[in-house]
Amino acid sequence: MIEIVSRDRCVRCDICVKVCPMDVFEPGTDGVPVIARQPDCQTCFMCEAHCPADALFVAPLAGPAPAGSPYTDEAALVASGAMGRYRHVIGWGRGRTPGSRLDKNFVFTARLAASGGEGPSRTDASGDDAGVSERQPEAS
Amino acid sequence: MTVTGTSSDPLDLSAGVLVAGGGPAAAWAEYKAAQAGADVVLADKGYCGTSGATASAGTGVWYVPPRPAERERAMASREALGGHLADRHWMARVLDQTYEGMGELADAGRYPFPPDGEGGQVRRGVQGPEYMRRMRILLRRAGVRILDHSPVVELLTDEDGAVAGVAGYQRQRDRPYRVRAGAVVLATGGCAFLSRALGCDVNTGDGALMAAEAGAELSGMEFSNAYAIAPEFSSVTKTAYYSFATFYREDGTVLEGAGSQKGRSVIARTLLTEKVYCRIDRAGPDVQRAMRLGQPNFFLPFDRMGVDPFTRLFPVTLLLEGTVRGTGGIRVADDECATSVPGLYVAGDAATRELVCGGFTGGGSHNAAWAISSGTWAGRGAARFSAALAPSASRRPLIPAGGAGLRPTGRPAARDGYREVVAAVQAEVHPYEKNYLRHGDRLGPALANLHATWDRVRSSLYGTGAGAVHARQAAAMTAHARWMYTAALARQESRGMHKREDLPGSDESWRRRLLVEGLDEIRVRPDPVAPVGPQEYADHLRAAS
Ligand SMILES: Cc1cc2nc3c(=O)[nH]c(=O)nc-3n(C[C@H](O)[C@H](O)[C@H](O)COP(=O)(O)OP(=O)(O)OC[C@H]3O[C@@H](n4cnc5c(N)ncnc54)[C@H](O)[C@@H]3O)c2cc1C
Ligand code: SF4
Ligand code: SF4
Repeated sequence: MIEIVSRDRCVRCDICVKVCPMDVFEPGTDGVPVIARQPDCQTCFMCEAHCPADALFVAPLAGPAPAGSPYTDEAALVASGAMGRYRHVIGWGRGRTPGSRLDKNFVFTARLAASGGEGPSRTDASGDDAGVSERQPEAS
Repeated sequence: MTVTGTSSDPLDLSAGVLVAGGGPAAAWAEYKAAQAGADVVLADKGYCGTSGATASAGTGVWYVPPRPAERERAMASREALGGHLADRHWMARVLDQTYEGMGELADAGRYPFPPDGEGGQVRRGVQGPEYMRRMRILLRRAGVRILDHSPVVELLTDEDGAVAGVAGYQRQRDRPYRVRAGAVVLATGGCAFLSRALGCDVNTGDGALMAAEAGAELSGMEFSNAYAIAPEFSSVTKTAYYSFATFYREDGTVLEGAGSQKGRSVIARTLLTEKVYCRIDRAGPDVQRAMRLGQPNFFLPFDRMGVDPFTRLFPVTLLLEGTVRGTGGIRVADDECATSVPGLYVAGDAATRELVCGGFTGGGSHNAAWAISSGTWAGRGAARFSAALAPSASRRPLIPAGGAGLRPTGRPAARDGYREVVAAVQAEVHPYEKNYLRHGDRLGPALANLHATWDRVRSSLYGTGAGAVHARQAAAMTAHARWMYTAALARQESRGMHKREDLPGSDESWRRRLLVEGLDEIRVRPDPVAPVGPQEYADHLRAAS
C-alpha cells in the first residue's frame, strides 16, 4: 500500500491525485497531496511510476505497514535508493530508455519452450500468461 | 481542477458514442469509433492510462504473423484446453485484427517494442504502464473527450428499451453526470471481487450488471474461477515465472504435483490446511536476467521485501481473479460485438471470451488480443449504429435502467450497507473449497446464501452520490456471483477451468456454451449457436469456396 508522500521531494504537481485509479489521494492545502483513503489502495504501483519527483513509496504489502516498519522510514528508503526505483526500471523520466525497449521476455519464452514438453505455440505466450502447457490441465 | 469543491450542478453531455471503461478494450473502442467519425466520450471509473488489469500488469499478446501454418498451429493449440468451446471463425478474425492493431500501436502509437535483432520488432507482448500511456496519447490526439474518475452507475434507455446513454458520478468533483449517446460500449472489465489482485479492484463487474438490467444475456459464467499465484501479503499476481518454480510444504519437502498451471489446484488444496512455499529455482542466469527486463513489476514485492526469489523460499497465496482471467461475460450477439440490446456494445473482459479461448485462459495471451479486437469492432459498430439513428434520437427520453443499489424495493439500509454485502459475497466466492475446488454439495448452499444476499440488496441496499458507486459495485458483485454459481451448477461436468470434483469427466453433449440471464430470477439455457470447431470451420470454408 501507499505509505509515503515525501514532503522534501514533492513538486506539488498533483499527478498522483489524477492518476491513482482508486482515488486514494486528496490535494493538500499546502500543495503536497495527502493519502486520504489508504484502505482503498490496491498496491498497483502506478502512482510511483508516474510521479516525476520520485516522491512516493508504495510498500509491497497489500495491507497497511505495521508501526515501526521499514516501509514507513522515509530517510532509510531514500538512502537505499528504493524511492523512484520502479520508475527507473520501467525507464520513465528524462534521458532514460523505455523499459519495454529492453524487454527480453521473448528470451524467457524461448527458454520455456525449449525446456521440454511445450509445443510450438509456446511462442505466442510472451507475457504474463506464459507458462501454460498445451496438455489438458489436470482434472481436479 | 477542483477536487474537493462540491458542486451540485450535474454535468450533462451528449455524444455519438459513449465508452464506459478505461483499459485497453475501452481505449481501442474509443479510438476506432473516433476514426469512424463518431463524436466520442470515454468515462472511466479510475484514470484511463493506469486503471484496469492491463495498466499495472502488462500482457502477452496473441500476435501471430499471417502465415497459414503458424495461424493453424496457434488456433489448434488451445482448443482442448478451452474445452472445445472456442470458435474458429472468431479466432481467425481475432488473429487478423490483433496483428493489424499491434501494427498500429507500433506506428501510430509509437509503442517502443524491443528490436528482434533482424531489423524488426518483437510484438508479442506489452508492458502495461507504457502501453496504456501510449493509448491515452493516441486518444488525446484523436480528439476524444475523456472523463476520468467518473464511474458509470447505470444505463439510460429510450421507451423502446434501446440504450440511449449513461448516468454516473464524478467522484473528484462530487457531482453526478449524464451522457446522452447514440450507442454505448461497455468495456468495464471483468470481476475480481475486490481480492486485491494486481490492478483489479476497479473491476467489480459493473458492466455485466448494467447490461443485464437492460436485458442482455451473459455467457460462460461458469468459467469464472481464475486464481493467480502471488507472494503472501502482496498484490502481484504475475504468474508466468512460476513455471520455473518449485513449491514446498511447511516442512521443506517438495509439494508433489504442484505447479504454476497444471498443479495450481494442488497448491489450493494444500493452502486449506498449511502454508505453501515457493522458490524460482529452475531459472538459469540468462533467464533470470530476461525475467527482470521483461516484467519489472514481478520483482517489486521481492526486492522490497528483501527476498531473492531465485534462492530463497517465500510463502505464496492464490488470489481470485474471477472473470478477469476467467472467460465469462456479456454475450456477444454479432460480429460487431453488439449485445442483444439495441445500441449496446461490449468489449474486452466485460464480454465473454469463450469465442476466442473457450472455457480457459491463462496462457496464450488471448485476453489481450480480444481486448484489441473486440474493442475495435465494438467501437466501429457503435459508431455505425449511432450514425444511422434518426435525428429525432437526440430527443429520446432517457429512462434510468438501474435497479439494485439505486432504487430499493423496500426501506433503504444504512449508508455503509454495501460493506456487509461485499463481505457476504466474498465469503462465498473467495474460498478455494467453494469456487476453485468446485463440488455440487458446496456450490448449492453457497448459491442459496448469495440469493439471500441479493434479496437484501434488492430490498434495501441504497447509496447516493459517491455512495451510489459503492452500492452498485456491491450489487454487481452479488449478481456476478449468482450467475457464476448458477452456471457452475448447471454445467453437469468438468470443462475448461470449471472443474467439478463431483463430476470430473467431460461429456460431449455438453459441448455447448451456457447462457444465463435475469436478475431476480436467473434462467440458464444452452446457447443455440454451437461452437465452430476446426471440423465445422473447414466444412464451412469448403462450402463457401
Ligand atoms: C496480473 C495480470 C496479468 C495478465 N496477463 C495477461 C497476459 O499475459 N495476456 C493476456 O492476454 N491477458 C492477460 N491478463 C488479462 C488482461 O489484463 C485483461 O484481459 C485485459 O486487461 C482486459 O482489458 P479490459 O479493457 O477489458 O479490462 P481492464 O483492463 O481491466 O479495464 C477495465 C476498465 O474499466 C473501468 N471500469 C470498471 N467499472 C467501471 C464503471 N462502472 N464505469 C466506468 N469504468 C469502469 C476500470 O476503471 C478500468 O479502466 C492479465 C491480467 C492480470 C490481472
Ligand atoms: S506526483 Fe509526486 S510530485 Fe506530483 S504531487 Fe504527487 S507526490 Fe508530489
Ligand atoms: S499504489 Fe495504486 S492504488 Fe495505491 S495509491 Fe498508488 S496508484 Fe493508487
